[in-house]
Amino acid sequence: MTRKVLVLGETRDGSLRNVSFEAIAAAKTVAEGGEVVGFLLGENVSALGAELIQYGADRVVVVEDAKLNQYTSDGYAQALLAVLEKESPEGLVLGHTSQGKDLSPRIAAKLASGLISDATAVEVAGGNVVFTRPIYSGKAFEKKIVTDGLVFATVRPNNIAPLTKDESRTGEVASLSVEIKDLRAIIKEVVRKASEGVDLSEAKVVISGGRGVKSAGGFEPLKELANVLGGAVGASRGACDADYCDYSLQIGQTGKVVTPDLYIACGISGAIQHLAGMSNSKVIVAINKDPEANIFKVADYGIVGDLFEVVPLLTEEFKKLKVHS
Amino acid sequence: MNIYVLLKRTFDTEEKITISGGKINEDGAEFIINPYDEYAVEEAIQVRDANGGEVTVISVGTEEAEKQLRTALAMGADKAVLINTEDDVENGDQFTTSKIIAEYLKDKDADLIIGGNVAIDGGSGQVGPRVAELLNIPYVTTITKLEINGTNVTVTRDVEGDSEVIETSLPLLVTAQQGLNEPRYPSLPGIMKAKKKPLDELELDDLDLEEDDVEAKTKTIEIYLPAKKEAGKVLSGELNDQVKELVHLLHTEAKVI
Repeated sequence: MTRKVLVLGETRDGSLRNVSFEAIAAAKTVAEGGEVVGFLLGENVSALGAELIQYGADRVVVVEDAKLNQYTSDGYAQALLAVLEKESPEGLVLGHTSQGKDLSPRIAAKLASGLISDATAVEVAGGNVVFTRPIYSGKAFEKKIVTDGLVFATVRPNNIAPLTKDESRTGEVASLSVEIKDLRAIIKEVVRKASEGVDLSEAKVVISGGRGVKSAGGFEPLKELANVLGGAVGASRGACDADYCDYSLQIGQTGKVVTPDLYIACGISGAIQHLAGMSNSKVIVAINKDPEANIFKVADYGIVGDLFEVVPLLTEEFKKLKVHS
Repeated sequence: MNIYVLLKRTFDTEEKITISGGKINEDGAEFIINPYDEYAVEEAIQVRDANGGEVTVISVGTEEAEKQLRTALAMGADKAVLINTEDDVENGDQFTTSKIIAEYLKDKDADLIIGGNVAIDGGSGQVGPRVAELLNIPYVTTITKLEINGTNVTVTRDVEGDSEVIETSLPLLVTAQQGLNEPRYPSLPGIMKAKKKPLDELELDDLDLEEDDVEAKTKTIEIYLPAKKEAGKVLSGELNDQVKELVHLLHTEAKVI
């Protein structure tokens, strides 16, 4: 059956996030030939509509209001519910980002709908739209279908391939006027801590440090390597508990789950709780002094050695590679 | 202040997962309070100690969750409620759980509801916001700081590493992120006291709910373990050469750089 599917074009710092293009690709599968409608919420965001269409949306609905400039659950819920009422879709796909995680359960509750969170794949099988999602932080997976309500899912960044951008694709970008009423929670201040600018959950390369980094300063060589590779820095629980870094960097069953193309674990022993957060990365490199460390069991490549010697050498070698290519 | 904590019993984070008969094998596994819910219990106790009131911990599940509820009482919560769905719900989902919790809470005049931002087993993070929506109260997820002044509340929210300072008011639901606090270990006197604290057990009937009212909106059709990874290549030789080889392999064999 064909479905009309809505997809949120999530923006950050005025640009669309990659996960939105991945969500469009997922929505195309859910739609089974039906229409994929992107929607944008914010101020001065309609110019981004064309890009959603180039990535596969058929048309775009824009709700512009100063109250939507920053994400708030109340503001976005009001706008999205208005779009849902106008469009009456059979499907809805959001990124499993901070916004998507916060907003989607509320919409699902309002519509008394099922919701499949954090999907890493979607397919049509046996007449159903089947989502794959990790459980126990990736120690296992489940395949799940929605049995009542919208085919509603959030998709994990970096897992579903976006469609190839087609700059010749065009479609309608129409605005919808929605009265955004009072917000019950207001953002007073945003403190930027994710300074390197590459978001951990969306990073293609993650350089991660464990107890072996020994101090907050011990993260410096890791940051340099991350800079050269355009990656993000992460950490194990051990490093966070020891106060070497902020908990927001923690990767593991408690903490973030990441699936980058390349994960470099530096001075991380590889406790089960950490492996749950990174073992589905495409390629894993382990650097550890202890040849018996558990991390080598999941690593594709390993170097037994002191991270303070290995990491700077790696940084230099990658720099050379960048110059040559 | 009338404070409620939403608590889930989960597998210990150090447990390996195995499957038998198409389901996650629970035999012999250690169970704990979902780690994020532990932050919620701690925060609730601290808010009560600063503002007065009572902390009630709620769990939806089976009789076995009593152990985790007793632990929360031993930490310092005042009362516990187990909504036992063993006989009524076979395959619930987040719709099911949130509907049951909201039905229980709807006439309780809760000022503050605290849960974990996600459970480490199912990992959806849906129940908290769903409950808030059903109760028609505001919510803030993944919080790392909570300050209450009368009915005004200032929360700091973790947003993918950045933080937002948000002003809102009671009644409110929040979900805990790591870094919110350091959960205490139950003390021996705490454990003794917990044995005498009230732990009520309810079933769907007691909430005037029928099985149909809470029927899941999603269905799991398969559970499987990820493919085992083959042992990787540990390099050898001079460190300099190992590093060169690694970069070469990442570039030409793995093609990730």
